[in-house]
Amino acid sequence: MLLLSSIVIGQNCQLKFTGKVIDFHNGEPIVGATIHVKTLDTYTTSDINGVFNIEQLCKGPLVLIVSHVSCETKTISVELTKNMNEIVYLEHHVEALETVVLKGQQDSHKALTAQKAVLKQSTIEANSSESLGTVLKQLGGITSINTGNKIVKPVINGLHSSRITIMNNNVRMEEQEWGMEHAPNIDINSAQSIAVIKGSSALAYSGDAIGGIVILKPKQFIKKDTLFGKTIAGFQSNGLAYNITSALTKNFESGWFANAVAGYKQNGDLRAPDYYLNNTGARSIASSLLGGYKSFEKGFEAYISYVDNTIGILSASHIGNTADLVNAINSDVPMMSDGFSGSIEAPKQEVSHLLAKINAYKRFSAFGKLDVQYDYQNNHRLEFDIRRGDDKDKPAVDLKLQTHSLKSDVTIDKLENYTIHFGLSGRYQDNFANPDTEVRRLIPDYERYDFGAYAIVKSELSETLSADLGIRYDYNYVDAFKYYRTNSWEEKNYDLDFSDIIIEDLGTQLLANPKFTFHNISVSTGLLYHLNTTNTLSFNYGLSSRPPNPSELFSDGLHHSAARIEVGDLRIDKEIANRFGLTYKLDTNNLSFNIDTYANFIDNFIYLRPTGEDSTIRGSFPVWEYFQTDAQLFGADLNIDYQISEPWKFTTSLSYVYGKNIKDDLAIIDIPSFRTNSALTFYYKKWKDLNVSLAHEFVDKQVRYPNYNFEAYIATTDSYELVDISTPPGAYNLFNMSADATFALSKTVDFNLMIGVQNIFDTTYREYLNRLRYFADDTGRNITVQVKFNY
Amino acid sequence: MKTIFKFLPIVLFTVILSSCSNDDDNPPPPVNEEELITTVVYTLTNNANNADVVTLRFTDLDGEGGADGTFNISGPFSANATYTGEMQLLNETETPAEDITEEVEDESDEHEFFYVNTAGLTIAKTDTDGNGNPVGIDTTVTTGAAGNGTLTVILKHEPTKPNDGTADDAGGSTDVEVTFSIQVQAI
Repeated sequence: MLLLSSIVIGQNCQLKFTGKVIDFHNGEPIVGATIHVKTLDTYTTSDINGVFNIEQLCKGPLVLIVSHVSCETKTISVELTKNMNEIVYLEHHVEALETVVLKGQQDSHKALTAQKAVLKQSTIEANSSESLGTVLKQLGGITSINTGNKIVKPVINGLHSSRITIMNNNVRMEEQEWGMEHAPNIDINSAQSIAVIKGSSALAYSGDAIGGIVILKPKQFIKKDTLFGKTIAGFQSNGLAYNITSALTKNFESGWFANAVAGYKQNGDLRAPDYYLNNTGARSIASSLLGGYKSFEKGFEAYISYVDNTIGILSASHIGNTADLVNAINSDVPMMSDGFSGSIEAPKQEVSHLLAKINAYKRFSAFGKLDVQYDYQNNHRLEFDIRRGDDKDKPAVDLKLQTHSLKSDVTIDKLENYTIHFGLSGRYQDNFANPDTEVRRLIPDYERYDFGAYAIVKSELSETLSADLGIRYDYNYVDAFKYYRTNSWEEKNYDLDFSDIIIEDLGTQLLANPKFTFHNISVSTGLLYHLNTTNTLSFNYGLSSRPPNPSELFSDGLHHSAARIEVGDLRIDKEIANRFGLTYKLDTNNLSFNIDTYANFIDNFIYLRPTGEDSTIRGSFPVWEYFQTDAQLFGADLNIDYQISEPWKFTTSLSYVYGKNIKDDLAIIDIPSFRTNSALTFYYKKWKDLNVSLAHEFVDKQVRYPNYNFEAYIATTDSYELVDISTPPGAYNLFNMSADATFALSKTVDFNLMIGVQNIFDTTYREYLNRLRYFADDTGRNITVQVKFNY
Repeated sequence: MKTIFKFLPIVLFTVILSSCSNDDDNPPPPVNEEELITTVVYTLTNNANNADVVTLRFTDLDGEGGADGTFNISGPFSANATYTGEMQLLNETETPAEDITEEVEDESDEHEFFYVNTAGLTIAKTDTDGNGNPVGIDTTVTTGAAGNGTLTVILKHEPTKPNDGTADDAGGSTDVEVTFSIQVQAI
């Protein structure tokens, strides 16, 4: 019987295989696809309807290889027993998609027309020991607001903190970002690229990023059987600092992948040119794990990252009252100055951030892609003050912020000239202020619920003109429990406006249960016009709203490092920004020129300013209260990359912001001054990729600042003295250099050595946007050595 | 793979829902500040006359922010007299009031009182810490001629010790700074 049937098979070669080749994206037939019948080594092509026919086939195995220009090749293996008909889906845009993945820059969630800047992996690696805020300063228009050297927050076009959203591997970082001394808890070594969007034009991520969005992406998956790693280790002379980070990546042809990154860095007291900056040591542990499966049609990814930072705060900045502040401002050197120490004492902060996420996607033929993501974050912040007795080792601030988010995103890319995105997101947040600190809570316990929905359309209107339009709705609900001192409650006239939210009267304290609801609409739209192959012009408009953060609503208490009492206001309403951006870009073989100009009109802009003095048992303190005004920000960022001639290259960036507080007819506080960053680079590939660069940074004195100086009574001299908290420090010039070369140790292992010097001339300077500028100079010369192994 | 896709949303929603069911009805407990200094009492007794006691008292029960504190000065000093002074710091938000002076005494090497006046007093610190540096809980105060002026009491935490005797030179952070208006009267 077996024999018989095999004979029958051998004789039966009249079978037919018909098929239809279809584009996976739009469901349309693909004309002229090549069908290679491997078993017979013959070829045919699909007709105008995508149909092909293969006749006179024998029973048995049949292998077809279907291919088309710019499509992924597909292999079909069947055991032919009868006539067959099969639909073959080809992924038409796969080539474009893969290029995108390799570049790691394109992000379909951003507006096409947004003003953006990108940091490459090489820049991230060269700055492996630095914080996110420091490394971003290399981009035009991005500066930072610092508390010393290790607490660095990015400033985008003059705006920072809650006005900036940070996306870490597609997860919105939920930290306690409202405070000026609360830096993002991110390890840049886990990122392959870092992009900055100026303004709110990435509505898939958030609607409240009035300042901008920082997007960190981890290493992209390559569909190949590979195992590779990288280790970077460095030493910095200033602060006797060292850092090490290692990354290991395993990819499988089948689509599975895994990536692990771990790092540690630490430093002791940093040094200004003339003295040590005591208690400026820091320690940081960072690790992340990423794994999953990716194919064109579906995939999932799980990611977990943990960062733990311990940062010392300059001891000279821990002061008592206004008199101490006057002393500190009037003294050229810090009030406390000792030799080098590697230990970290109070005042200090210990902040840990855990992020875990899982996402999955699936593509549907003739439709698009659905992506679902859940993430959990736990941000735990401890701040240690100089305390007495049994409380010595007890933190003064102990806040735990936990966030759960769920979001889904749909991309429709079946249409020829349009891409449509829409999505939903929900978030639950719980803040817990631990009462064991035995210090009144600066930020109260609260729960917060967010819900968002958005839709974005991008279109290529013609060969030269593209447009996009996005709209987003956000709902926020905050439910807080806060204790107020009865007399401060009455002082703010809350007893007139908010008597209904009191739920308990403890005599000297009142327990209030404030609840807030916000509805926000955000819009982003723009046009991108290619004048010709080298010139591009784009325009973007963004409307965004930001509800007040907990510090703006609730804070009431003493900030030691600022020697001031900060008071929030329950009446504060959301900020609404209208931002207009115009960009011109020129790209030729040896010259790249980009200018971003913008005007940002912010209604109800929230800011802090001094309103008077409060006398306490510690002496008198200025009281700073939150106010709202209408603000205008105008500015321009210019970037030029010029390849003079091999091997010389010159790059420069300039940025300027003009900020105006309309209601008070004053400048806005803490706006970065005019600055330029230039570098001359020598790169010679033949000499072991030798790369030598000399860089110059110029920061002008900020001449536009609001004068919030005040007179304070100084008890020790029984007199009144001016407290000059406003006058910005002078202009400064810094010179830096670096040199690196790469040596191949074997076919798969190479070694890069980099030597650098920052602040070559040990220049003494203070920066307007460093909150410790009243107390000490910025850091002096730093010599760095860094090695990198790729294996 | 397929099972993952099927179960993922269910798992996610379960996590979200379980985490959302929070104890909304339990407000957090109030915080009573432990090391709060609400009260400064400077008691000065005339060495020549036990009945001549001057008490300078400042009380601010609600700490920083809130209402201003209140002063309570028992009476004038006698001119050309010598007083023995004793400083006391209290936290009167607790019952009984907590004596913070004890903590300062225990950590005397990390604390120092400074006295500044414009009323012609001479104030000498008579106590020392473990390193032989002055602390200033105990003092001897000599008054001069009759007149008016102010007396400022400053407590520095983590000052430079030894210092030149002024609060400015000592640095550190200020835990107490209270200025009393005082009178010196001829007998």
